[in-house]
Amino acid sequence: MNPVQPLLAAAPLAPAMPANVQLTLALALILFAIGLVGFLTRRNMILMFLSTELMFQAAALAFVAFGRMWMDLSGQLMVIFILTVAAAEAALALGLVVLLYRRKETLSNEAWAELKE
Amino acid sequence: MHAALLPLIALATGDGAHAADGHGAAHAAAAYADVGTLQFAKATVDTSYGWLKWMLLAPLASVALCGAFAMLKVRGRLPALFTVASFAVAAVLAVTVYRQWGPTLFSTHAPLAVPLMDWLTFRWGDGPFQSFTANFGLYLDGISILWILFVTVLATLIALYASEYMESDVKAGYARFFFAVSLFVTSMLILVMSDNLVGLYLGWEGVGLCSYMLIGYYASQPGAVAASKKAFVMNRVGDLGLALAIFLIWTNYGTVQYDGLFQAIASSGAGTVQGSWSKAAIPFLLLLAVCGKSAQGPLFTWLPDAMWGPTPVSALIHAATMVTAGIYLLARMAPFYTVQAIGSEWAEPALLTVGWIGCATAFIGATIACGQFDYKRVFAYSTISSLGYMVMGLGVGTAFGGVYYVFTHAWFKALLFLTAGAVMHGMAGQVDFRRLGGLLRVPGFRITMLCMLLGCLWLATAPFSAAALSKDIILYQALTSDVEQVRWMGWLGLLTAGITAYYAFRVWFRLALGPVRIEPGPDQHHGHDDHDHGAAGHGHGGHDHGSHGAHAAHSGGHGHDAHGFHPHPPGLRINFVLVVLAVGSILAGLPTYLEKSEGFNWIQRFVQNSSAWIRATGGPEHGQILGRDGHGTLFVLATGVVVAGIALAWVLHAGNRALGDRLRDSMLKTPGLKWLARGSEHGWYVDAVYNALLGVPLWLGAQVLAFLDRFVLDGVVFAAVGRLPGFLARVFQPLYVGTVQAYALTMAGGIALIFAWVVWIWLSGGAS
Repeated sequence: MNPVQPLLAAAPLAPAMPANVQLTLALALILFAIGLVGFLTRRNMILMFLSTELMFQAAALAFVAFGRMWMDLSGQLMVIFILTVAAAEAALALGLVVLLYRRKETLSNEAWAELKE
Repeated sequence: MHAALLPLIALATGDGAHAADGHGAAHAAAAYADVGTLQFAKATVDTSYGWLKWMLLAPLASVALCGAFAMLKVRGRLPALFTVASFAVAAVLAVTVYRQWGPTLFSTHAPLAVPLMDWLTFRWGDGPFQSFTANFGLYLDGISILWILFVTVLATLIALYASEYMESDVKAGYARFFFAVSLFVTSMLILVMSDNLVGLYLGWEGVGLCSYMLIGYYASQPGAVAASKKAFVMNRVGDLGLALAIFLIWTNYGTVQYDGLFQAIASSGAGTVQGSWSKAAIPFLLLLAVCGKSAQGPLFTWLPDAMWGPTPVSALIHAATMVTAGIYLLARMAPFYTVQAIGSEWAEPALLTVGWIGCATAFIGATIACGQFDYKRVFAYSTISSLGYMVMGLGVGTAFGGVYYVFTHAWFKALLFLTAGAVMHGMAGQVDFRRLGGLLRVPGFRITMLCMLLGCLWLATAPFSAAALSKDIILYQALTSDVEQVRWMGWLGLLTAGITAYYAFRVWFRLALGPVRIEPGPDQHHGHDDHDHGAAGHGHGGHDHGSHGAHAAHSGGHGHDAHGFHPHPPGLRINFVLVVLAVGSILAGLPTYLEKSEGFNWIQRFVQNSSAWIRATGGPEHGQILGRDGHGTLFVLATGVVVAGIALAWVLHAGNRALGDRLRDSMLKTPGLKWLARGSEHGWYVDAVYNALLGVPLWLGAQVLAFLDRFVLDGVVFAAVGRLPGFLARVFQPLYVGTVQAYALTMAGGIALIFAWVVWIWLSGGAS
């Protein structure tokens, strides 16, 4: 069976469509893993920030999947929250990155390792 | 003497038998502690007397205003004005309540109860002993009304005096001083007007706090600070007794409100309390409280040191009012010193203990006063001695005598302290009477010295003075008692009266008579000016003379440190207050003088209509002393010892001072008598004994603990424990590499581990 087929099917009325949810969660997991690996391996602060955004969206997707599974709008509500927080965080983080860049003329976060002291 | 009064005795109905005449000695002996069935009139609740709250609120307003002045550091004389005005308001209200409620009180014997405010109420059940109520209410019976009358009137006068006395302090602590004085009067009024023991305790602690603040008023002097701490700590010892007594009263009677308490005592059947230690302990614990507040027995040594405070404070707090709070407590709680309240086993010992503590304190205070050279300290020891008399009065069974002496003493002792203050004020703080003399002839000091003469006569209980009229009631009661120990107290009290006459006039003769001699004290900042001095003689400016008499003759010669000193005579306000107090001291005898024409004694009527009236006091009407008529014999004896005391003082300190000085010198040289002079001068070394018994062991304990703290705790324990975090930090420090990725990896790894653990449990079937 085409694995993509269920995703494209019309929204079912019955709760708990296991296949759909499992696949959606699998996608969320993949997104999260990509984000995590990106965060751990990159030294460029902008890319690190983008990786965190990816992990955010993975969480949002998981919410949507569970909301769908329980036929509950709370999951979608949480997504709205996550988007809002992500927007605020993006403004803050990018502003921070700009400031940090002005100090050290580099985007690498290793330039700031001295903060451990 | 009090025959006309007996019909008035209604509170103690069992007292018909005590109406003296004809009834045998055996009964009177039993009547010492066993006064028959007690009865107390129930208080009348009358909320129309709600205006009485202004008696508390007026001084409290003065507290707030003076406090604001002190905090904002406003300089000026307004605090004195607030204080005097608020005290005057309280005095007017006190007189008003006496005039309005007095007739009802004296005819129905019912105290006035005015509930003001809910304060403490706890309930944990409906039965007895399952609720605790201590509301803010007023309870006015005879003794509370008497106390508020003299407290407010004397406080007004002394605040007026202080407004001039403290003038040199206008910039430094004027507002602070009047703040504390106002707070003191508020607390004192709460103490005597509260309708329950918890309210009394509030006032009791309040006056103790104000006493502490005012003794340490000159906070830049280490002596004053030490004295205030000493007074505070010694008073706490007594307060512990009061607190424990209140606890025991609640556990035994289930209430701390006077009205319910007295009814509970009256309704408890006689003989039901045998062997109850918790009831028997109450009077002794109360006595401990009295010892603290009224400077009795072993706890008296704080009062002489309290003289570090400004003199108006000594007059108001440490002579006239606060120290009599202990007598108030004894009079208020008199029902606890009866067989009905605590059982026949302990009632008489409790009463005898009160008597002996008072008697011994009176004697010891008087003997110490004889050895002092600081006239203010002489008056302080005389206060201890007089308070001893009052306590003894309660102990020998005459609440009337004790309370009457409180009343007369308040006037003449305030007068004495204020005259002493006027002399100190004028002589730049000179308190050693060996360095002053002939003040009667110094211009401006005549009124002061004449007032002091009156005060000394009253202190010496000169015949027909108000003091003698009140003190003789105590002595009469003691000497005509059928209990042998009580008679011994009476004889010792009589001897003390003679000693008192001697030391009172020792001060006055030295200060007022003889050649003029003025050596200024240490406070040269005021009263010191360099212009020509007028008629005031120059003192011989010497330093510490062991034998002062030899130098007294040299006055008129020019001294050196005294040169240029100009005494600063008291002004209008001080003299006005002194004269008013002198008149008040004389008038304090009126209750006895008017006894015949009025048919009652004004003071006795107050006592009769209070909880202190548990027995018909005044002794058997026709008691016998030494086999003769009691009243006549006592008058002859008392007059005899007083005249002898004054005469001795005249010989040694006015007529032939050289003889007095030689006598002292030879006493100091004679090994057998040396201890007498030195011991008296140093207060029989009571402080040294305390230091040896308590101070030194505590100091040693503190040294041991300090050693443990410094070397064991700090050196070993804290060194080990303190280094542990640092050591652990160094172990784990390499983990902190400073890159965000490392931390994120730690976090992700941790989550992965948890995840793995959950999976492992799931796989191994741990989770159902």
